[in-house]
Amino acid sequence: MDFASFREKMAYQPILLGVFALLASGALAWASNATSDAIAAAEAKDLRDSLSEVLPRGLADNDFLKDTLDIERNGKPVTIYLARREGVVIGAVFKLAERGYAADIQVLMAVDAEGRTLGVRVLKHAETPGLGDKIELAKSNWIKSFDGKSIGRPPLEQWAVKKDGGVFDQFAGATITPRVVVRIVKGGLEFFAAHRKEILGEKS
Amino acid sequence: MNNTLGGIVKDGLWNKNVVFAQLLAMCPAMAVTTSGTNGLGMGLATTAVLIVSNILVSMIRHTVSSQVRIPVFVVLIATLVTLVDMAMNAWLHDLYKVLGLFIALIVVNCAILGRAEAFAVKNGVIASAVDGLAMGLGFTGALTMIGLIREFLGSGTLFAQASNLLGPSFAFLEMKIPGYGGALLMILPPGGFAVLGFLLAGKRVMESRIEERARAATGTPDAITT
Repeated sequence: MDFASFREKMAYQPILLGVFALLASGALAWASNATSDAIAAAEAKDLRDSLSEVLPRGLADNDFLKDTLDIERNGKPVTIYLARREGVVIGAVFKLAERGYAADIQVLMAVDAEGRTLGVRVLKHAETPGLGDKIELAKSNWIKSFDGKSIGRPPLEQWAVKKDGGVFDQFAGATITPRVVVRIVKGGLEFFAAHRKEILGEKS
Repeated sequence: MNNTLGGIVKDGLWNKNVVFAQLLAMCPAMAVTTSGTNGLGMGLATTAVLIVSNILVSMIRHTVSSQVRIPVFVVLIATLVTLVDMAMNAWLHDLYKVLGLFIALIVVNCAILGRAEAFAVKNGVIASAVDGLAMGLGFTGALTMIGLIREFLGSGTLFAQASNLLGPSFAFLEMKIPGYGGALLMILPPGGFAVLGFLLAGKRVMESRIEERARAATGTPDAITT
């Protein structure tokens, strides 16, 4: 029997599919193995880059990527990166997300030991280009208006966009996006205040 | 179908252009082309997958029976895309951050399965590789063109962030029109459809002009001396 007629036989089809599935999964397993170290290194570098964006350079002297603490918030663990100088915690960096206009807005923020924001950056969002995307540093300096603010300065009720009687600018044509970011940062500061002792490692 | 290598190239770039003639791969063509740089990057990644998938499909075309060829090709293409995805994430991480979301979309790019079915399964390895390259470059050209037009009208820039994609030596490509804020609509999905529509109409007009001129040149002088 020649190959051409064997190829049309019923038994040939599952064998062919099986061989291809095996080859494909073999190739994928090999590639996953070969790339996993490089991917992990690249992602760690990304994280370090974004952490050092919100944390002023030279503030911490530890490797805060490895110095972490998990605290639960609304049922989900939040990883807190601890910035230390000479062993004392002087700041905390953490990531929070909340639903924006289109999808979750991911915000990375750094808070110092007194509860003031050191820096805020939006890591990921899907807001309307040209309107809501002014929350990116690449598009506008707006996100820097949080620097140095804390609960109490401005007072709690003024942690809102100007339209709602607060101190933060909204953008022309986009109120929902800045409103959400202000709420995330405010929530982050309150979260820090609630767990301050735990984060700073003080005995209560 | 013109099956000389020159004919294959011409088919890919113009006559059977994936976007402008076959109207395939509309999903990536609309989703990614908010800037020239995105269009170029997506086009090049797709070209790489298309060449390799065409070569492999052509190599196994005698082994695979016609009954199960579609699942075999789908597995093959999905595996290739995943390999590209992992390799880019590992070794071209900055580019991956720009294009990451779209790489996985190459799997559902019907142009790739389309070329496997329409060309690679019936032709030799070299012809299939050339077809993949030509179709890919035609796709890249179309995406880059749509992207540039949308970017120019929508945000007043050209090739913004090209240095992220191609390396700092390509920063000279980046241009910004001073004093133009851009028309947001062109960046949003309707702008994509509008630009595609105008480009399709433009291609039709151009082709009918060329045809007319060809007819005039091959000697029916009466037709033009009215």
